[in-house]
Amino acid sequence: MVRDTTEGYGIVSRLFHWVMALAIVAMFALGWWMVGLDYYSPYYKSAPDLHRSVGILLLIALLFRLFWRMVNVRPDDAELSNFERLAAHATHWGFYPLLIALMVSGYFISTLDGRGIDVFNWFTVPSILEHKGWEDAAGKVHEILAYATMALAAAHTAAALKHHFVDKSRILTRMWSGPPPA
Amino acid sequence: MKARFFMALMLALPLASGTASAADYVIDMKGAHASVNFRVKHLGFSWLVGRFDKFSGTFAFDDKNPDASKVKVEIDTASINSNHAERDKHLRSADFLDVEKFPTATFESTSVKASGPDKATIVGKLTLRGVTKDVTIEAARIGGGDDPWGGFREGFEGTTKFALADFGVPKDLGPASKEVELTLHVEGVRQ
Repeated sequence: MVRDTTEGYGIVSRLFHWVMALAIVAMFALGWWMVGLDYYSPYYKSAPDLHRSVGILLLIALLFRLFWRMVNVRPDDAELSNFERLAAHATHWGFYPLLIALMVSGYFISTLDGRGIDVFNWFTVPSILEHKGWEDAAGKVHEILAYATMALAAAHTAAALKHHFVDKSRILTRMWSGPPPA
Repeated sequence: MKARFFMALMLALPLASGTASAADYVIDMKGAHASVNFRVKHLGFSWLVGRFDKFSGTFAFDDKNPDASKVKVEIDTASINSNHAERDKHLRSADFLDVEKFPTATFESTSVKASGPDKATIVGKLTLRGVTKDVTIEAARIGGGDDPWGGFREGFEGTTKFALADFGVPKDLGPASKEVELTLHVEGVRQ
């Protein structure tokens, strides 16, 4: 099952959900760790390189995922109360602008002096805006949005666990194992 | 008798005014005929060169009496520019200049001693990161005279060296990079 159905999520949505969830949390940890590295740490260069490269790939993945979500039907959420449905929609749709802003701000930290970003020595994303001095603001925005993303992810996780353990619902498992066999 | 007195007065007047007060100059920032540059060794392998894009200053100078010269420079620390945005962001942070807390660095001379023709040793107070310490600038006069636009200019260069840790910079860049060299090129327009 590639596409989503009213019964559950297809393989594409599930794969993107879990890979990106893992990558985004790992990116937060990596970013938090790397800004405290000593200049003589062997990871002083490689950690930010990895962070930038993964970030660009995540941005591409996110845009694809947004597209994929819009061309697929939404799995049924009739079991939710009106409040739960509203909160779920706000959380899910909150991730897109938040992550896009997070990634764009990160991109600007590295590119406002006209330098591009090398993605794993595979391809280079050029700088589109040269504005010396704005990298400080970009850095602050990036940091705040990173914490906001983790807060939203925590809320999202807590809600999913509540549906699973309290409501005994399939909402969490269908994101992992897909629609039930017909 | 009268004529001789007049002659003496004529000779003495410009001399007197010359020694009593040196002419005041404002560093030409409008025309950007000045720059404040620094260099720090990178790992001990090369010189990392950067600059401060925004600063202002004045000096008093009299080539008849260079020891009466004075100089004062104010530097906008946030204007540090090492031609790499990420590095500049780091240099502005609390690890280095902490520009939010210490937006200005100043140098004000306390003594100027001629050390040769067109050369002088300037001692003064450098305030950086809120720490004030004496530093010594070896200065040289490059030239001076009428400019083509009706003004009068004097130009100098000066170099000093100090340890970053002396001014409370917390980040240690390694054994080869403890000291920074600061070089000023200034051209002043006489007021």
